[in-house]
Amino acid sequence: MKRIKTIETRNLEKSLANGGCGECQTSCVANQPC
Amino acid sequence: MIHQYKLNGYNIVLDVYSGSINLVDDVAYDIIQLFCGKEKGGVCLNEGYPSETEKKEIIRLILDKYKDNKNESLGEVNEKEITLCMEDIAGLRDGKKLFSEDIFRPGAGELKNRHSDIKALCLHVAHTCNLNCSYCFAAQGNFHGERALMSAEVAKRALDFLVENSGNRVNLEVDFFGGEPLMNWDVVKATVAYGRELEKHHNKRFRFTLTTNGVGINQEVIDFANKEMHNVVLSLDGRPWVHDTFRRTINEEGSYHTVVPKFKELVEARGNKGYYMRGTFTGNNLDFTEDVKHMADLGFDQLSMEPVVCSPDEPYALKDEDLPTLFRQYEILAEEMLKRRKEGRPFEFYHYIIDLVNGPCIYKRISGCGSGTEYFAVTPWGELYPCHQFVGDEEYKMGDIWTGVTNLEASESFKACNVYSRKECDDCWARLYCSGGCAANGYHTSGSIEGVYEYGCKLFRKRMECAIMLEIATGEEISDNAN
Repeated sequence: MKRIKTIETRNLEKSLANGGCGECQTSCVANQPC
Repeated sequence: MIHQYKLNGYNIVLDVYSGSINLVDDVAYDIIQLFCGKEKGGVCLNEGYPSETEKKEIIRLILDKYKDNKNESLGEVNEKEITLCMEDIAGLRDGKKLFSEDIFRPGAGELKNRHSDIKALCLHVAHTCNLNCSYCFAAQGNFHGERALMSAEVAKRALDFLVENSGNRVNLEVDFFGGEPLMNWDVVKATVAYGRELEKHHNKRFRFTLTTNGVGINQEVIDFANKEMHNVVLSLDGRPWVHDTFRRTINEEGSYHTVVPKFKELVEARGNKGYYMRGTFTGNNLDFTEDVKHMADLGFDQLSMEPVVCSPDEPYALKDEDLPTLFRQYEILAEEMLKRRKEGRPFEFYHYIIDLVNGPCIYKRISGCGSGTEYFAVTPWGELYPCHQFVGDEEYKMGDIWTGVTNLEASESFKACNVYSRKECDDCWARLYCSGGCAANGYHTSGSIEGVYEYGCKLFRKRMECAIMLEIATGEEISDNAN
């Protein structure tokens, strides 16, 4: 029986490679889209 | 590190360092907890990696707990099923989606300081106000100093300073703030016009925002704001008696009936452009969800409601004994949002907006809001402060818009400030959602920008639990409808 469902989320380890551009809005963090 | 919680019928398991989220049934929820160390109710010496003896203990404990199980949705709970579930959990662990290691700490400082560009300014165009709100952190708009209006020359120089120091970044943000920025409206308009000219000569895009109490809104303001402002933040605390308790005129009259019609007119004319009705709740209205609902019932659908941050001596301060009430209020708010969504009259709550797939990268999550590094406040005299909440504190005057950042000691302290520099955050599951919290709140509470405002932490964690639950519930609704 399937008891665990993994929700799709952004992979934080991979974002080491594809993140950090700084174009996102200054939050003033979790609520800010990339 | 993982975090497990149950909310609104959902069993949710977060993996802190991968960002992974799992929705599980009761059996898996209990087994995952037993995979933890003893301090978290588990049986494992090595968290996430049960030995053969510990696996047998997990099977025994689960069989014992579910021996009288009548819940058919859980299926058979026997040794084979438990073993299969443990294998699934081990698979998630080996796939770095559960019990994943913290690989970010060693490079945290480097991740934050990868860029040294400035990308946002909070322009204090008016250190004066036409309201006399008693809970205002800006001391009725003058920030404990003299009343002043920013000149157009200072405002334009601030934009030049931003362009000069923004490197290759395209998106630049400028918030018109105060005090009450509409009291210096001509300078606001001149600054926007200057920004649009700068865009023609540089590869930059200014996103202007306006934070206003609404008293000065007229047709000209509405037309201009709806054309030029990427976002407007409109201060409304909710029900009339709540709003008028604090948000009073100089003549000590409530402002609710003055500003609400103006806000309605502005928002109705705004179309799909961004805005937030932004309220503050205090110890006087612990049932703040009623105020959020009131704003929604007025026809506003982009809402934000913040807990007051003030001296604990204030009669309206939030107290430790209020926390259970506030936690329940956040749950009620999430339930209300789901209910209204089904009824076809949805509204958004700022702190519940979370994009699990396209959310912030690890650089952003470690760095935080960027105060004192990529974000500065500019006073009417052109002085730079780490953010609007430090304005007036001479220790944190960073420099000015002509000579740049000259307070190198303060600058270095903000560069070093990240989620890993706060030891209080070491055991917190929400650290990569809040990024260590607000430096100003930490400073005003503990005396250090690397301190934490623990009361705010507790509320933040509750909000994140609700936000993630809402996102999961929304996904489940979509899935159900598709089937």
